[in-house]
Amino acid sequence: MSTTTSDVAPRYNDDVVRLFTIATVFWGVVGFAAGVFIALQLAFPALNFEPYLNFGRLRPLHTSAVIFAFGGSALFATSYYVVQRTCQTRLFSDGLALFTFWGYQFFIVIAALGYVLGVTQGKEYAEPEWYADLWLTVVWVAYLVVFLGTVIKRKEPHIYVANWFYLAFIITVAVLHLGNNVEIPVSLTSAKSYPVVSGVQSAMIQWWYGHNAVGFFLTAGFLGMMYYFVPKQANRPVYSYRLSILHFWSLIFIYIWAGPHHLHYTALPDWAQTLGMTFSIILWMPSWGGMINGMMTLSGAWDKLRTDPVLRFMIIAVAFYGMSTFEGPMMSIKAVNSLSHYTDWTIGHVHSGALGWVGFISFGALYYLVPKLWGRDRLYSLKLVNVHLWVATIGIVLYICAMWVSGIMQGLMWKSYDSMGFLEYSFVETVVEMHIFYVIRAMGGVLYLTGALIMAYNFIKTVKGEVRRSEYPEMTAQKGTEALA
Amino acid sequence: MSDQHNKEIDKVTGVETTGHEWDGLKELNNPAPRWWVYVWIATIIWSIGYWVVYPAWPTLSHDNQGGTQGSFGWTEYKELEASQAEIVARQAQYLAKFESASYDQIANDPELNAFAVAGGNALFKNNCATCHGSGGQGAKGYPNLTDNDWLWGGQLADIEQTIRYGIRSGHDEARQSQMPAFGKDELLDKEEIDSVVDYVLSLSSDEGPDASSAGAEVFANNCASCHGEKGTGGRDFGAPNLTDAIWLYGGDRETVYETVYNARSGLMPYWEGKLDENAIRELTVYVHGLGGGEGVGAVVEEEEHAAAQEAAPTEATEAVTSDDAPATESNIDAPAEPSVEEGVEEKAVTDDTAAE
Repeated sequence: MSTTTSDVAPRYNDDVVRLFTIATVFWGVVGFAAGVFIALQLAFPALNFEPYLNFGRLRPLHTSAVIFAFGGSALFATSYYVVQRTCQTRLFSDGLALFTFWGYQFFIVIAALGYVLGVTQGKEYAEPEWYADLWLTVVWVAYLVVFLGTVIKRKEPHIYVANWFYLAFIITVAVLHLGNNVEIPVSLTSAKSYPVVSGVQSAMIQWWYGHNAVGFFLTAGFLGMMYYFVPKQANRPVYSYRLSILHFWSLIFIYIWAGPHHLHYTALPDWAQTLGMTFSIILWMPSWGGMINGMMTLSGAWDKLRTDPVLRFMIIAVAFYGMSTFEGPMMSIKAVNSLSHYTDWTIGHVHSGALGWVGFISFGALYYLVPKLWGRDRLYSLKLVNVHLWVATIGIVLYICAMWVSGIMQGLMWKSYDSMGFLEYSFVETVVEMHIFYVIRAMGGVLYLTGALIMAYNFIKTVKGEVRRSEYPEMTAQKGTEALA
Repeated sequence: MSDQHNKEIDKVTGVETTGHEWDGLKELNNPAPRWWVYVWIATIIWSIGYWVVYPAWPTLSHDNQGGTQGSFGWTEYKELEASQAEIVARQAQYLAKFESASYDQIANDPELNAFAVAGGNALFKNNCATCHGSGGQGAKGYPNLTDNDWLWGGQLADIEQTIRYGIRSGHDEARQSQMPAFGKDELLDKEEIDSVVDYVLSLSSDEGPDASSAGAEVFANNCASCHGEKGTGGRDFGAPNLTDAIWLYGGDRETVYETVYNARSGLMPYWEGKLDENAIRELTVYVHGLGGGEGVGAVVEEEEHAAAQEAAPTEATEAVTSDDAPATESNIDAPAEPSVEEGVEEKAVTDDTAAE
């Protein structure tokens, strides 16, 4: 990058990456704040303000804000950054790339407005109605064209592993989005539509979508992120090329069949439930392939964890990835699922993946990106990165432990019969018992949000070009020389 | 493949790279870890075994929900049946006796009584607590079931009828009555309503009612037909006792005014057909035992009932010695858990007295 000359257009298009980076931080704070608020609503129902700000409307607002707005923007930002550098070429089309930014932000806003106004398909993680679905399709095709176009015009003979994962994410999400949103609007002027398939088929398609939104949006996409930023930050080669090939293809092929484990003990035929469960078990090792490759990339560089909080973010992320990809297959086993299904355990599981893996790998990537994108030599403060790390980690631990205890307790209470054959607890008694855990969960969320605000502050200072001088004593000695460093 | 010549040895680990490089990133040529491969193979073998013994793959046939049968012959419906059978078996050992037992027999059989209370408790929490509160303590508009103040009667038969058919529930047998909306329908003018509200409030006051007031006349002409001349209530109409300072909607002046002006007509759903016979009887025993249940089968006159409310604790002891009222009257003092033992004890006392 030192070869960039001033008389030609910059080698890479980083404008769109900067825009998506800002969006990532902004939507992260919004999405986490929404999460804290709905967590408090569950603990203190008086916080439900009817009808626009009740739990039912804000819950999809939270999930969409963190998955699609925060996570999606992080994937756009990093994929555009990574694909240009690993292909040694500029984005396929600057105009189309800019369109994906504004188009995607527009999608987020119309989807969110819909939720608050009560417009929803009622399909988890696919709540936006038909008009938003159509718009997202247009944006997504543009994303595919930009990304694939860039890969095709690459100046490198091979496609880097991160780009396999990004491409798998983009293509599969397109297929999932189209497959799960085959619907007919009531009329062209109505926001309401009805899905073409109904009943258990509709449920099956929904969870084929829902599970693979986790698999391809939150796993494959972020593995792409990991495969670039972990070796970069550690300054080490990727541990095993062979492992990356094996686990990439096995992950892609097996994940897509695991969806039925969301429908255990329902009207879904037994055989489909069995397949969903066994494919989830077989998926365990392919998932762990990514963890091993991420962790082992540090071999020979473990000491860096002592000094580099950014690398620490990434490695904790990979550890949480490993933990939730073990927990997931375990929960897909019918015997376990008969206890865990419909309980808070599921919520805890999702959040160990979302807060720990998706959140932390994104924070790590952002800490790597921001100084580079704005031409700064270093972050404003590494100490604040460390504070963010620990505040957020404690937040996650509070969150998932509260949900484990609450979820298992809930499941056991629901199943409990006395010696005469009567239900021991009513539903509302389980709710009463869960109150304290809802409060602890909300506290965990507050900590996680606080961490994100610390990060935002650090970034604003970094972009302004400030450094916390007390942390860099060598710089006070040689004032003004950092520009040359 | 074309990068053979670029392969180098990583100095830190001594492992060869693949020879590719992107933006400074390289890859080592480590093999996939052995344990990783073995565990993966193990999960695949386990899954294949699972496919053999459980329904696993779609077939062209409509049998077995369109899939293979599995050598265990397992279906989720069989599993459901088995786990339900276990629960049903626990209940069955009591049900055979319970189904044919009268309320008297239930009251006198500690085991049956405990069974009815356990079942009623579970049923109450899941069906009734939403309105009446988890302890039956009631809420505004929803009667407290733990006191002696009954709108439609507190004997087992009364309670069963209320549960079975409901109140203004739309069921043909439902308990039915309608208080007139004296203000809204212009049956009384504002002055009259004000005076009767004052009179009604005075009924439960320490000073007692003022029989010469204008309100007393309005009451006698408009309210007494249902609530009784003295305002002690009328169970035929579910008309509350207005003298006991127990208020269903509230006893402040504003609320009583609102009640007279707009009238009240609370609704309770019927449970016949929604709960089975045994469940309704279990609930009846449970609600009766919550604290205010009235004597089993005994005909309690209106006045006697009022007296019983005032002197419930001593009355209970008295009742034991009388032949008409069975021992379970003592349930009045034992909320939530009708004390079977106590009942038995007092029965014993009765026997002793008889012997003397």
